[in-house]
Amino acid sequence: MLYTAHFGAAVLGCYLIALAMLRSRWPASSPTIAILCWQGVGLAVGLSAIGIPLSIGLAPYAEPPGTSLRLLAEDLAGGRLPAELGVGHLALISVGLGVGAVLFWSTGSSLRHAFRARQRQRDLLALVARADPAAPGALVLDHPSATAYCVPGLRPRVVISAGALSLLPRAELAAVLSHEQAHAKERHDLVLLPFTALVRALPGVTWVVRALAAVALLVEMRADDRARRQHTDELLAAALARFATAPSRATPAGMLAAADHDIVARVRRLRAPLGPTPLAAMAALTASTMLAMLPIALFLA
Amino acid sequence: MTRLGELERAVMDVLWDRSGPATVREVVDALDGRDLAYTTVMTVLDRLAGKGMVERERHGRAWSYLPAAGRDAYIAQLMLDALDLAGERDAALVRFARSVTGDEADVLRAALEAGGTTTGGGTPSGKSRDKA
Repeated sequence: MLYTAHFGAAVLGCYLIALAMLRSRWPASSPTIAILCWQGVGLAVGLSAIGIPLSIGLAPYAEPPGTSLRLLAEDLAGGRLPAELGVGHLALISVGLGVGAVLFWSTGSSLRHAFRARQRQRDLLALVARADPAAPGALVLDHPSATAYCVPGLRPRVVISAGALSLLPRAELAAVLSHEQAHAKERHDLVLLPFTALVRALPGVTWVVRALAAVALLVEMRADDRARRQHTDELLAAALARFATAPSRATPAGMLAAADHDIVARVRRLRAPLGPTPLAAMAALTASTMLAMLPIALFLA
Repeated sequence: MTRLGELERAVMDVLWDRSGPATVREVVDALDGRDLAYTTVMTVLDRLAGKGMVERERHGRAWSYLPAAGRDAYIAQLMLDALDLAGERDAALVRFARSVTGDEADVLRAALEAGGTTTGGGTPSGKSRDKA
């Protein structure tokens, strides 16, 4: 039960860090550190979800989970299980391995889904998008609504609509393109992947959905910060505000309310100067690194 | 863009510009200036059919091809993906921003005016970084 307690402690620690990150202001000022913390938390929770049932089931071996698993495999191969290992234990071991399989499967399924959607995007873009000297390095879609997005991958595409081209002054357009190129260059799709996979594995679980929303916003902030290196904060903030308030002609009003506050948060932080890294951010990074190490160590032990 | 991609686009443009289905021969003739072999165009049409971009039907001894959807329909489809109407945040695309409505839009409009960014000239005028 000692090892189960360790996994349980890791989950509790993750809960506290996640709670702190959702309530504090520092993630908005240090999005990169916050993204790393979320990755650590995600990894620790995933491994602990496997580890808790598994370690209860393996308790009769009285060894760390890694060693116990190896002993179990040897016993199964030899065809004789220890007498203390009952049906209940075996059931819990199966649950643990099952959780692992579900997490693995949902990650693969998220990857497949994204891969197919991007292939479709690239195929269609090749047929209907055009290059435009006004938007160097980007593909232009002739549509009156304003949008800009990135199709991530090994051959990324930055896409901007004709509506956005006419909406934005040239300098703001350049800032928007830098933002999208940052998404492509830093593979923010892979940063989001573990969380989209978790949402897929646990649909409707509020905490997982909130974590994904938080990471998605942090990734936008990170891309904003990359764009800020080459463009002024005002340009980016103005582009965001202009974008968000542009009348959308593709969608009825009121349908896209889900992420509204995200844009306000991004504009607000662009209007505040970048300060030194807060102590709380460093503390959270240290804590989440240790939390991620704990279940890994248990599985290796 | 690859040469094949460019050809696919040219072939689709031919099909979109015609009102009805076209045979391979008709597409080759429409792409007269490019001096393409019949088999090349057939291969491109095959690929497009494989991707579901064109549909083919038999007319007597020859196949004729027509676009599965109009150019505008494809653009609309891409835009719907981009605007994330389905609301499922997945890692397939990463968007800059979405349209907002009501109070949030007012807040942003106010922020835009307060920022006083005059970028009409197209160059970053007044690189004022003097925010408190």
